[in-house]
Amino acid sequence: MAKFKTPMLDELEKGPWPSFVTDIKRQAKTKPELEDLLGQVELSYKDKETHWKHGGIVGVFGYGGGVIGRYSDMPKEFPGIAHFHTVRVNQPSGLYYSTKYLGQLMDIWERRGSGLTNMHGSTGDMVLLGTTTDQLEEIFWELTHDLNTDLGGSGSNLRTPSCCLGMSRCEWACFDTQAACHHMTNHYQDELHRPAFPYKFKFKFSGCPNDCVAAIARSDMAFIGTWRDDIRIDQAAVGAYVNGELKPNAGAHAGRDWGKFDIVKEVINLCPSKCMSWDGKALKINNKECVRCMHCINVMPRALRPGLDKGCSILCGAKAPILEGQRLATLIVPFIKMEPPYEEVKALIEKVFDWWMEHGKNRERLGELIGRVGMREFLKAIEVKAIPQMVKEPRSNPYIFWEEADVPGGWTRDLAAFRKKHPL
Amino acid sequence: MAYDPKNPMKDRITDIGPRHYEEFMPPVIKKNFGKWLYHEILEPGVLMHKAESGDEVYTVRVAAARLMSIELIRDAMKIADKHCEGCFRWTTRNNIEFMVDNKSKLEPLKADLKANPMFPIGGTGAGVTNIVHTQGWIHCHTPAIDASGIVKSVMDDLFKHFQSMDLPAQVRIALACCLNMCGAVHCSDIAILGFHRKPPFVQHEVISSICEIPLAIAACPTGAIKPATVDGKKSVSVNGERCMFCGNCYTMCPAMPLMDAEADCVVIMVGGKISNRISAPKFSKVVIPMIPSNPPRWPEVVAAVRNILETYAKDANKYERLGEWAERIGWEKFFEKCNLPFDVKTIDDYTLAYNTLRTTTQFKFS
Repeated sequence: MAKFKTPMLDELEKGPWPSFVTDIKRQAKTKPELEDLLGQVELSYKDKETHWKHGGIVGVFGYGGGVIGRYSDMPKEFPGIAHFHTVRVNQPSGLYYSTKYLGQLMDIWERRGSGLTNMHGSTGDMVLLGTTTDQLEEIFWELTHDLNTDLGGSGSNLRTPSCCLGMSRCEWACFDTQAACHHMTNHYQDELHRPAFPYKFKFKFSGCPNDCVAAIARSDMAFIGTWRDDIRIDQAAVGAYVNGELKPNAGAHAGRDWGKFDIVKEVINLCPSKCMSWDGKALKINNKECVRCMHCINVMPRALRPGLDKGCSILCGAKAPILEGQRLATLIVPFIKMEPPYEEVKALIEKVFDWWMEHGKNRERLGELIGRVGMREFLKAIEVKAIPQMVKEPRSNPYIFWEEADVPGGWTRDLAAFRKKHPL
Repeated sequence: MAYDPKNPMKDRITDIGPRHYEEFMPPVIKKNFGKWLYHEILEPGVLMHKAESGDEVYTVRVAAARLMSIELIRDAMKIADKHCEGCFRWTTRNNIEFMVDNKSKLEPLKADLKANPMFPIGGTGAGVTNIVHTQGWIHCHTPAIDASGIVKSVMDDLFKHFQSMDLPAQVRIALACCLNMCGAVHCSDIAILGFHRKPPFVQHEVISSICEIPLAIAACPTGAIKPATVDGKKSVSVNGERCMFCGNCYTMCPAMPLMDAEADCVVIMVGGKISNRISAPKFSKVVIPMIPSNPPRWPEVVAAVRNILETYAKDANKYERLGEWAERIGWEKFFEKCNLPFDVKTIDDYTLAYNTLRTTTQFKFS
């Protein structure tokens, strides 16, 4: 017998999509605090307002983040969720789990929490959703001692990095995204656990320009795989796509009859740099003109593959709208090799951190700082030379700043001599 | 050896990072790491990857609600143990993937998944996959709407698109319960956004003791908050006409809540994309500034999303993402074809507004 009637939530048990309500109700049989959660959420559905209070500082000793405090604003009515903090657990790169490991995590959580999780949070951590303050140190102890697993980050810190599954299963991965993500996460543990930044900072690693981890939209430093040599072409396979032997798009459009595959209409004409040609026999790509958008490769994966000289483009400054407006990450480094121990990449990262820490205002993201002081200052600080690949177009306002040292004769002038030539 | 609360620093382990992913990859994945040749989507939700060695791995993708109980995770674990040598993974969009190294293992795996209504197979190709979202009323203090409930309602309605690949291109839907937009909502084909419409309360009698007032003032992107003395106490005043209800002040200061059941609503934005395929990444654009938020199933939101999706599906060319389609036909045609009113609220008046205005005589008549 459920503790609270939940007629509105019950409506969400109908329908083909997996129902979180059905799931919570089942778990509530062994976790009675979830009855209170259902009661409070039902009330929110009725009231159309949340019943969670503003955060509060909770955590584990020595870390400034990784735990998000949460308290119900109706603790008398819903005592089981009076404290309902979340613990962010650093996920394995690529989100692979063994049942043994996940089972051990679930066992700890079953003993010490509400039984609910998020697989996963938006940043990428596994989220253990709902526990009390007295359990936090215990959970942390068991995670670190028994499962060799650490918390993720929160606050004004380096947030838990995340990546696509990369080379583990994707033929297009241009660098080992998991290795890079794992390495950077371990290398920057201090920045991750002890918030000392102006605000949050995110790394994301996508293996190719398809960008399945949305790095370009939401990371301060986006690492997106690319190549700089020629797309590999298997002409026989191209022919097989053209004559219908091979189905295009790896089957991604198979749900509708789009007609016979037309390589000119579907590939040649859609190429954003118009660098491809088909003469009925062979596909030619002018690779110097190619912008590596992945379309032709996505359409004909058995005929086209990324080049062999693989690496990574680095883009900086993406963020969601709050505060100053949304930004996509902008290109800073066209190509860098992403091979352990990543010394060149880390040297760049540290210059970015140092400059942003020194000049960033409270809660100012990297992209906002670049917007406020300009690319010139950013590039000077990170010691990267300006190149045309950084811009969509050059500036249209000619308000160019020059430094005194770069102007012949400097700025100090002889007014008397000037006036002699040009009387008032 | 257990944690000793009287001695918290004894034997304390910190800064160890995540477990190494190599421990958890199935043998066929480990063996062919970095040596994959091509892939094929055999049917909605089922992928086959071929390695240079000739090995194959079959992946079955199933939906999950992101919010998952231990019991449900254990159900998934049972299937992974039975069919996948105890290995499985999640995707960036909250789906679950089960992998087998042999075609003969595929049907038994699918059968066990199909037997559980919590694991519907799909989410690949030119369809609608899982909706990225966050906590809503399940856990967050700032939301204007719930998250899980709207996701369930919309995906119930669009379910056939989760299990088919008949759209012009993939349609990525994301939901943010408030303007903080946790997730990549600002670059989605269709974005559902929770929105407040009343300026915050100011609890004058407590604000100076529970907030750092300068932080609350600095938090406001439009400068709507100013210091003020009220009844002899240090406080702030909020200029309602300057407020755009972002809630950033509330994030910094519990004495300034702004949620309101009457006014909190949903905004629909469209046309964003992340990938670099064909056209550059784009932001989502506001096309419906206000839809009422009506739990438990948000029929108005569901209808609005379906209308836009179906209009796009009928009209766009193969490979065109929703935003690319809208740009090709022109935004005036987008509003016309989707039968949506255009309102002054849809015109940008914030920092980068100029870039969105039409500076050409090229337009189509309505």
